[in-house]
Amino acid sequence: MAKNTLYNKIWDAHAVAMLPTGQTQLFIGLHLVHEVTSPQAFDMLRERGLKVAYPDRTFATMDHIVPTKSQKRPFTDSEAELMMQAIERNTKAFGVNFFDFASGKQGVVHIIGPELGLTQPGMTIACGDSHTSTHGAFGTLAFGIGTSQVRDVLASQCLCMDPMKVRKVEINGKLNAGVTPKDVSLYIIGKLGVKGGIGYAYEYSGDVFRDMTMEGRMTVCNMAIEGGARAGYCNPDETTFAYLKGREHAPKGSDWEVAVGRWKALASDADAQYDDVIRFNAADIEPMITWGVTPGQSVGVLESLPDPEKIADEGEKQSVLLAYRHMKLKPGQKPSDIAINVAFIGSCTNGRIEDLRAAASIARAATELGQKVDPRVQAFVVPGSMQVRKAAMEEGLDKVFLAAGFEWREAGCSMCLAMNPDQLKGDQISASSSNRNFIGRQGSPTGRTLLMSPAMVAAAAIAGHVTDVRQYTSVTTGAAQ
Amino acid sequence: MSRVTTITGRAVPVVGDDIDTDRIIPARYLKEITFSRMGEYPFYDERFAPDGTKKDHPFNRAEYQGAAILLGNVNFGCGSSREHAPQALVRWGIKAVVAESFAEIFAGNCVMLGTPAVVASKEDLSALQKLAIEHPGTEFVVNLDKMEIHAGHGAGQTMVVKVSMPPSRRNALVNGTWDSTALLVANSALVAAKAAQLPHPNGRQA
Repeated sequence: MAKNTLYNKIWDAHAVAMLPTGQTQLFIGLHLVHEVTSPQAFDMLRERGLKVAYPDRTFATMDHIVPTKSQKRPFTDSEAELMMQAIERNTKAFGVNFFDFASGKQGVVHIIGPELGLTQPGMTIACGDSHTSTHGAFGTLAFGIGTSQVRDVLASQCLCMDPMKVRKVEINGKLNAGVTPKDVSLYIIGKLGVKGGIGYAYEYSGDVFRDMTMEGRMTVCNMAIEGGARAGYCNPDETTFAYLKGREHAPKGSDWEVAVGRWKALASDADAQYDDVIRFNAADIEPMITWGVTPGQSVGVLESLPDPEKIADEGEKQSVLLAYRHMKLKPGQKPSDIAINVAFIGSCTNGRIEDLRAAASIARAATELGQKVDPRVQAFVVPGSMQVRKAAMEEGLDKVFLAAGFEWREAGCSMCLAMNPDQLKGDQISASSSNRNFIGRQGSPTGRTLLMSPAMVAAAAIAGHVTDVRQYTSVTTGAAQ
Repeated sequence: MSRVTTITGRAVPVVGDDIDTDRIIPARYLKEITFSRMGEYPFYDERFAPDGTKKDHPFNRAEYQGAAILLGNVNFGCGSSREHAPQALVRWGIKAVVAESFAEIFAGNCVMLGTPAVVASKEDLSALQKLAIEHPGTEFVVNLDKMEIHAGHGAGQTMVVKVSMPPSRRNALVNGTWDSTALLVANSALVAAKAAQLPHPNGRQA
């Protein structure tokens, strides 16, 4: 059993009581709320005559359903408009903090928590969204919950929880040029499988994560859930503190010194024990793409698609055969043979400023070479939040994208899950910087998704097919500061 | 709250690994602000062509209408945390899910609805699925007291399969405490004491 890890320290500090079921009543320091998984939970509170127990620890925004072309109200989609009205009504009635368009702070919930400084080391964080694992980048225990659990957190600021196991995923060495945190994520999931992390929290450790920026760490922790791990985290360090200092909700004045002292003590001890330890070498990781229908079905951009006949496990083989049928691809094909119709840059995985800079650097390099987005490709960039959008425009990134033939949109989840007008049509194939390539994920039952880094998406948009991003020299990876 | 100890009914096999919650319920149905219609949507895009014509799927076949037990495989319910997925299954009529393994959030969501999500071995699930495919009228019994599934077609042919689930979740179901809000709210004084010890998201250090 894990001992003296950051996970253990946070768990112990937040355990309220042992429940009659044998579960732990765990206090949730920060509850993030969005429009899709909360309306039923607020209704359940009404039915039971309960109020929100800690509205000062509850922060809401809207991201999944918002259109990204025009956010003028009322929305054209009447269902989306009703959902917007529900979150507005519920946050007002229950006194919950709400970051709407007027606040200038709206955005994807996992992007605004960190950028506002709400996400702080040592916290437990829950949200009705599986990518809550993102916040683990700050040395938090953060995980997704369902709507009935959202009700529990609203009503009590607590959850009934069973302890997790802890696996240390250690990667040492230096990443190759052009290899980004997204590639590291896809590599880990490819090696350990989409179910490899069930029951675990992942502690990301070693040179690669130590050298990674906070935004890179967020990308990796975001994708923990795609490998089956409900939570993933990095130990907090000077990079973490530097990111947080001065942010709106971060501790100020004497509280800052107290907080940093506290945060330093949180990191897993040198003699910490883990339920499992796995090590990889940074040098083995290449730019990756997924070719199938789970985030584990991936290859390096220069490899060939796998031969199903070489897969021993029958269940896995059937999954791969299903993937080939859906994707209309063939074993042995090269990724660079796959033409794309749509290029999507954004999402809670890769919709932050460094992601946009990385993609813009490809767009800029292409423009300098006289190239633009392939005319057969619809390419669009969706900043993760209003603040990311503003920062990008201050740097002129919008102009770089527009000049290269990308559309420049408003903040939201967009085509990551296609609960809004941004959807694939028919069997269109997208290069996407998001997190899931599940069948139907991007809005069309026959639509096809290739996951990759934002820089790789930008390169694919210009080439019109998957291509190795390393042909462009000025790649900023987010992996090195 | 009701105790959940025994689930009896026919079983519907949904064969395949890594069946994600987007496949169980496509995101467009998450635009509804109540769960009331979710029972119309499970596996929608696998059951219906875009023009509405029915496709071949276990949830469409006549012999599985009214089934109470879903038989899945590896990593069932992976992906999105959407409770709409178990809501859709439960409102369609599913009262227990059996699989080789479950995604954590999905399994947790099931227990919140009073629906057992129990694990059986690969071999046992193959045998149970085979039984449900060859003899769809077979009655299955999921017994949480014994942590067994009993199923049989014909006299003297009863199969008995061992199943497991985290003990705390089993306790919550068999003792009728799976709706956890009341348990948590009852400790509000302890919660207030804990909150006072911990830093606040506004930066205040306790």
